[in-house]
Amino acid sequence: MVEKLKRQYGSGMEPLSYLGQNYMVVDRSLLPELLVVLRDEEQFDYCVDITAVHYPNREKQFDVVWILYSFARNERIRVKTMVGEGESLPSSVEIWPTTNWLEREVFDMFGIKFEGHPDMKRILLPDGWKGHPLRKDYGIIQQDKEWVQINLGIESGQ
Amino acid sequence: MSEVTKYVSHLELGQRDETFLDSNELIINMGPQHPATHGVLRVILKLDGEKVLGTECVIGYLHRGVEKIAENRTYTMFNPYVDRMDYVAAVSNGLGYCEAVEKLLNIQAPPRANYIRVILTELNRIASHQLWLGTHALDIGAITPLFYTFRDREEILKIFERYCGARLTTHAFRIGGCLYETYDGFERDVKKFCDFVQPKIDEYEELLTTNRIWVERTKGVGVISAAECKALGVTGPVLRASGVKWDIRKALPYAAYSEFEFDIPTRATGDTYDRYMVRMAEMRQSLRIIRQAVERIPEGPIMAKVPKVIKPPAGEIYHSIEAPKGELGYFIVSDGSTQPYRLRVRPPSFINLQALDLMVRGQLVADVIAVIGTLDIVLGEVDR
Repeated sequence: MVEKLKRQYGSGMEPLSYLGQNYMVVDRSLLPELLVVLRDEEQFDYCVDITAVHYPNREKQFDVVWILYSFARNERIRVKTMVGEGESLPSSVEIWPTTNWLEREVFDMFGIKFEGHPDMKRILLPDGWKGHPLRKDYGIIQQDKEWVQINLGIESGQ
Repeated sequence: MSEVTKYVSHLELGQRDETFLDSNELIINMGPQHPATHGVLRVILKLDGEKVLGTECVIGYLHRGVEKIAENRTYTMFNPYVDRMDYVAAVSNGLGYCEAVEKLLNIQAPPRANYIRVILTELNRIASHQLWLGTHALDIGAITPLFYTFRDREEILKIFERYCGARLTTHAFRIGGCLYETYDGFERDVKKFCDFVQPKIDEYEELLTTNRIWVERTKGVGVISAAECKALGVTGPVLRASGVKWDIRKALPYAAYSEFEFDIPTRATGDTYDRYMVRMAEMRQSLRIIRQAVERIPEGPIMAKVPKVIKPPAGEIYHSIEAPKGELGYFIVSDGSTQPYRLRVRPPSFINLQALDLMVRGQLVADVIAVIGTLDIVLGEVDR
């Protein structure tokens, strides 16, 4: 499978493996096409999870990771791509409906927008909250003081 | 003959629709403080009379930033936090986390530790299913099962208490194995419990399986097909009740599960009644696993050779286990330091809850309660 995809996409995709787990780093421009190929041709019909990792010192600050599983092959694979601050990604709600809330969580926690998502808003934090907590520059006891004061009527949540 | 007055709505007259009496649709708010939402789940329901036209879940009331906390704690320090996510299945959470870190360190827990892990995790699965059954039946109107299941669950909690001193948030396992050796009489207690609870499960079934009210309230309610389950990422008993024979314990075995004989119970229709039947069968399968494990528990060390300071080499790992509610996964990115660079939890409840909207559309308000119950969500895990 990997060889076939490598032939098809060339340098845009790099297959890797760590501790027996396979993943591939792909170019942002290959999405969502590659995901559709993985679902339709390679039978990765279950999207386990989407998440992101923040590397503030890199030019492209975020890694976005799709974890996929195939029932037919009994195999997992991770697809990883890099995006910069303010860049968006194509939504995969059309490919796997489960990604609806997962993408919303990535947006909530990292501020990465997904284009074409039917309802791109925060999911765990309140709508008016400022900041994205899982970014590395967001402190562990940091909070949106203004929101807390207005909505909860207390000086501080700490 | 008098002329029949034609009803003209405000809209046709070009006026603003100002009173809700003109509209059939009603928006009501269920929760977050509502006993049947199993915590602090808020569901906004769009209703036409009793019929549900659509729902929207508002979650996050219990958000504690578990993933952020993980980045600020060492691997060892974070271990007890995972118990607070799915607090009715704390042992499963701990198992998933410890195994994920072990994989990252490339070490293996010794066989005896794996057997202890399997016994405790399966006991916890029964406890979780018992709690689910009691509260789910209570939501639907059957009060007796709650007392029965809580009475029997107590015996499991007693074993946990004797083993590690805690009943709910057990922190039973450590990275590399188990901290505690089994206490004197552990095997006897576990065997006694198996003999004790087997007829009790039959007793729950006697109360419900052919009970006419139960059947009416659950058959054909909240139907979800196998294809819909896969598309929505729904796992666990919900997926198996729709006919997919998939269980991570069999598909990608972890701990010592490959050494035991057990079946994966499945059903065909994917309604609330089927999910009930699947979970009842799962409790019996868990007992089967526990019995085998207690019989064959090997002697030996319970802790692998683990460095004093846990510092996994830079890299990333995804490991998941079959928690009572579905696939519980941990994605850990290490940068070679003592703290995880990023730790992501893939919570089964969060993703299963997404199917609520599909399952209740076109059904009655009372069915929403039944479906929330049958999804078996724990808000501590949904919100993290």
